[in-house]
Amino acid sequence: MTMVDFDYTRPRTLDEALALLAAHPEARPLAGGQTLLPTLKQRLARPTLLVDLQALGELRGIRIDDGTVSIGAMTRHAETASHPGLAAAIPALAFLAGGIAHPQVRHMGTMGGSISNNDPAADYPAALLGLGATVVTNHRQIAADAFFTGLFSTALEPGELVLRIRFPVPRRAGYCKLANPASGYVTTGCFIAETATATVRVAVNGAGPCVFRLAALEQALAADFSAAALAGFRAGPQGLNSDLHATAAYRAQLIGVAARRALAMALRPPVGTATPLAA
Amino acid sequence: MPLRPITITVNGIPRSHAVEPRTLLVQFLREHCGLTGTHVGCDTTQCGCCTVHLDGRAVKACTTLAAQADGGEVTTIEGIGTPEKLHPLQQAFRRHHALQCGFCTPGMVMQGIDIIRRGQAGDPVTIRHELEGNLCRCTGYQNIVDAIHDCARQCSRGAATAAAGQSGLANGA
Repeated sequence: MTMVDFDYTRPRTLDEALALLAAHPEARPLAGGQTLLPTLKQRLARPTLLVDLQALGELRGIRIDDGTVSIGAMTRHAETASHPGLAAAIPALAFLAGGIAHPQVRHMGTMGGSISNNDPAADYPAALLGLGATVVTNHRQIAADAFFTGLFSTALEPGELVLRIRFPVPRRAGYCKLANPASGYVTTGCFIAETATATVRVAVNGAGPCVFRLAALEQALAADFSAAALAGFRAGPQGLNSDLHATAAYRAQLIGVAARRALAMALRPPVGTATPLAA
Repeated sequence: MPLRPITITVNGIPRSHAVEPRTLLVQFLREHCGLTGTHVGCDTTQCGCCTVHLDGRAVKACTTLAAQADGGEVTTIEGIGTPEKLHPLQQAFRRHHALQCGFCTPGMVMQGIDIIRRGQAGDPVTIRHELEGNLCRCTGYQNIVDAIHDCARQCSRGAATAAAGQSGLANGA
C-alpha cells in the first residue's frame, strides 16, 4: 500500500523537535511507528511531516529511584519487558510489556507512542491507570486519571509531547488480558494494584471506548485483598464495546475473568507470558 | 515531496539512494538494493515474511520507514549465508523439512536467529510464543519450531552473539 505523501525529519535535540512540531501544525511525531505507519497506509491520517524522535537520547531509558520507576517515552517495549530492575520493582509492568503484540513490534514500539495514541485495545493505558502513573510532558505533569480522555483521545494539547512516564512502585500488582487470538489486541484486560499506601486501583482496558477504573472492585479489594473479594462480582455491559469479536455482554463477562487472574498474579507472582483467550 | 538521500549499511555494504520519505524499508531493500529475499506477504505487520534485522534486532521491514533506518545497519536473508555455505539455522531448516512453499522462510529464519540470540529458543513452548509475529500457511509450524530448537542446542548462545555480522550465528559455527 502506498502511503500518502509526507516529509520526514530526524531532529537531534528535544528543543529542535518541539520547534518543528510547533512550526508545522500538520506534523506528527514519529515514535516507533508500529501504529502510525499502518494508519498512514490506510490513509486514516494525513500528516505533512513526520518528526522522528529516535535520536533524542533523553527520551530513552528506565530509571529506578526511591519508590519510583521513570520510563522514557521512546523506550521500546522489548527494553521495558527485559529490564532487570523494572522486573524486580514492578513485575506486572514488565510482564505486560512482554505481552504486547509480538517480538518484532516490541523491538520498535514505544510506551510514549502507545499512550499518546490511546487505542482502547492497547495494553499500557491499563498499567498507567492501574498504577496511578504520572505523564511528564514538555509543559506539565498529568495524572493518568486525567490523561486518558476517550476513544483515541488524551489530554495532550497540540505541540505537547510525552517525555517520560513515572510509576510509583506498588506493594503488589497484576495484569491479565484476554487477547484476540489472531490480532493479539486486548479484547478485555484488567490491571490491579495495591499501592505503597495500601489503596487499591483497578483499571480495565479493551472493554470500553477508553480505559476506565472499576470503583466497585477497588472498594471490595481495599476491604479484603483476596480472591474472596471477587466472589460473586459481575460487571454490567452498559457502555462497553460491541464488535465482530465480542459483544458488550461477553466483554462484561471477561472483566470478571481478567480481574480474577490479575488478582491471582498480584497475590502470587507468575511465571509465563500472556494468558490465551480460552477461559 | 523531494527525494531524500539516505544510507543504510545492508549486509555490511553501505547502500545510498535518494528515496521518497514514505518509502518503506522493505521497498528500499527490494526495489533499490535488488534484494528480493525479503518478502512482502501481508503489508500489515501480521505475517512476518519481511522480517530483517535493524541494528541487530528483528523488525518488520513493511512497518519501518527506510528513513528510520538511515545511518543504521540492516541484515537480510541474503546476508547470513550462501547456497554453498548455509547459515546453521538454514541447515537446520533443511534437516527438519521446515519449509514447503518457502514464502515465509526468509522471515522465519531471520526471526529464528533473533530468538536464538535472545536466548529464547530453549523450549518449544517459548519458541512458539516468539513466533507469534510470523505466519506459515504450509507447515503447521512443528518443523520450524524443531529446526530453531535444534539449531539453538547445537550452537551455543555465545556463538550466536559473537557471530559474523550483527545477525547472530556465525556460518558453520
